[in-house]
Amino acid sequence: MDKVKVTKSMLARLVHNVGSLTKKGPSGWMVIIGIIIVSALVIMTAIGPWVTPYNPSESNVGPIRAPPSLEYPMGTNHLGQDMLSRTLVGGSIMLQVSALSVLVCFLIGVPLGLFSSYTGGYLDSSVSLVIDAVYAFPGLVIAIAVAAVLGPGVVNMALSIAVVYIPSYFRIVRSQVLSIKELTYTEAARAAGAKWYTIITRYIFPNVIPSIVVVATVNFADAVLTAAGLTFIGLGVTYDIPDWSWDLTNGWKYLSSRAWWIISFPGLMIILLALGFTLIGEGMSELLNPKLQR
Amino acid sequence: MIKLPLLDIDSLAVDYQTGTGTVRAIYDVSFRLEKGETLGLAGESGSGKSTLGLSIMRLVPYPGVITNGIIRIDETNIMKLPEHEMRSIRGKKVGYIFQDPMTSLNPVKKIGAHFVELIRTHEPIVSEKEALERAKTILKNLGILPERINDYPHQFSGGMRQRIMIGLAIALNPSLVIADEPTTALDVIVQERILDLLESLRKIYGMALILISHDLSIILERCDRIIVMYAGQMAEYTTGAELHRAPKHPYTEGLLQSIPNIELSDQKLSAIPGSPPNMLNPPEGCRFWPRCPYVMEICRLKVPPLIAAEPNHLVRCFLYGEKGARIE
Repeated sequence: MDKVKVTKSMLARLVHNVGSLTKKGPSGWMVIIGIIIVSALVIMTAIGPWVTPYNPSESNVGPIRAPPSLEYPMGTNHLGQDMLSRTLVGGSIMLQVSALSVLVCFLIGVPLGLFSSYTGGYLDSSVSLVIDAVYAFPGLVIAIAVAAVLGPGVVNMALSIAVVYIPSYFRIVRSQVLSIKELTYTEAARAAGAKWYTIITRYIFPNVIPSIVVVATVNFADAVLTAAGLTFIGLGVTYDIPDWSWDLTNGWKYLSSRAWWIISFPGLMIILLALGFTLIGEGMSELLNPKLQR
Repeated sequence: MIKLPLLDIDSLAVDYQTGTGTVRAIYDVSFRLEKGETLGLAGESGSGKSTLGLSIMRLVPYPGVITNGIIRIDETNIMKLPEHEMRSIRGKKVGYIFQDPMTSLNPVKKIGAHFVELIRTHEPIVSEKEALERAKTILKNLGILPERINDYPHQFSGGMRQRIMIGLAIALNPSLVIADEPTTALDVIVQERILDLLESLRKIYGMALILISHDLSIILERCDRIIVMYAGQMAEYTTGAELHRAPKHPYTEGLLQSIPNIELSDQKLSAIPGSPPNMLNPPEGCRFWPRCPYVMEICRLKVPPLIAAEPNHLVRCFLYGEKGARIE
């Protein structure tokens, strides 16, 4: 009975929350601020190419390693590239990678969780075993291993991050399905002659969405950081498109010569992006989980 | 012309194979149900009422298995039907009303969508618009405003939701509706209304009704025939009037005595001593003997057969001899 109430109110909350986040207290504001940060960064990256003062990929537009000044507000790097221009457009790879990895996770983890858990029995046990085995490894280690096998590139990075997060989706979906498939409305659907895929797609899946949304936003934040990590150790996008994590990788060597601006601004952007997604995720999970409230 | 029964169940047995052993949830249950008739299934929790209801839909939950018996609906032996043909019986020929109206509707779907899906599952040629129109008519008959078809389940009260569940069960005009404790989650006043509604709809649509309840008083009032279940077996099977007038099985006697009478001011409420048997390890012989006030030697040794103590009055008890007379 308790479980039932949670599921129902989770849903009612999600539907209700869309318009009235401000009335929801701190967690509502967390979501709002997170959405503002993320959308600001997305917009900045999207319109970046048209507003950059210099060509972000062109070397020697200014002096080498010049500190922030009026002409170069964020300084220049060791190739004499303008850091402001690079910061404005440098999010694109990261956003592509994280979006793609979330999509892959969603497309594999969710159907797998739904189907395996609904079917139950040996299929469920064996799929769970495999997934748990993946889950047992530290995420970054698996990501590095997979990325090393697949090689660099946006899609490969997204895939290697996806491998790490599929278990999170699978496990959350599976646990939800286990309780929902015992609820009377799925039994009622069966008693009304519904086919098994109708039950999964129309009765179970819509009721799992709130939990998936939370996992997805947390997944976004982690994907951003993992993407930065992969690029940092040389498994990211190696060709020279402006990229925050690429700037971090190259810039940290000059920190000893006090060129703090080369890594500070891209680093700040990565932190902001991860923070934005985390705020949305944490806020959402607090809003959707009545047990965590107050 | 011989009238064929709508539902014919013959020596049905259902087992639950649990990790600690096999539970015989239903054993040796046979009965017939004519068109338009109301059958009451009474019994304690765990007596196999719901399992019996679900096995008519072949929906006994895992790890339950129907191990023996034949179930015929309209002369079709459903035990042999492939799953896809069984699906066309569920909802279309047999409607099922579940106990808990609060969780029986999908919280993310509008009421109308429930009807549309049900109707279009069984009659794919019906357009969505047409299905919604039919749903509105049904809602109107149930005393719910047709405009509310666009509301979500959580916007309705418990009683209204149960009426919607009833609407879904009768939407395709089934010949049999199984109501599994339809009013247990509701308060007494709403309970009466729901049962009256069910009764009147049954008359209008001419369907047969199986009313499952642990509340014998509800069943006595409304059912043509009554089966009293005890520990997965039929303890007594007779008409409502007969059961009220002259209960035969000691268990039924006990049940009837434990209904409080409003006209007696200083009555002592009697209860059946003991508790229902552990179904993993039921008592030898008659399953009721540890609680029976008339227990005899034979009861502990042999399972009593279901005998006709009177025409139309079956009872599973050694107290009744060959001619149906009670042995004192």
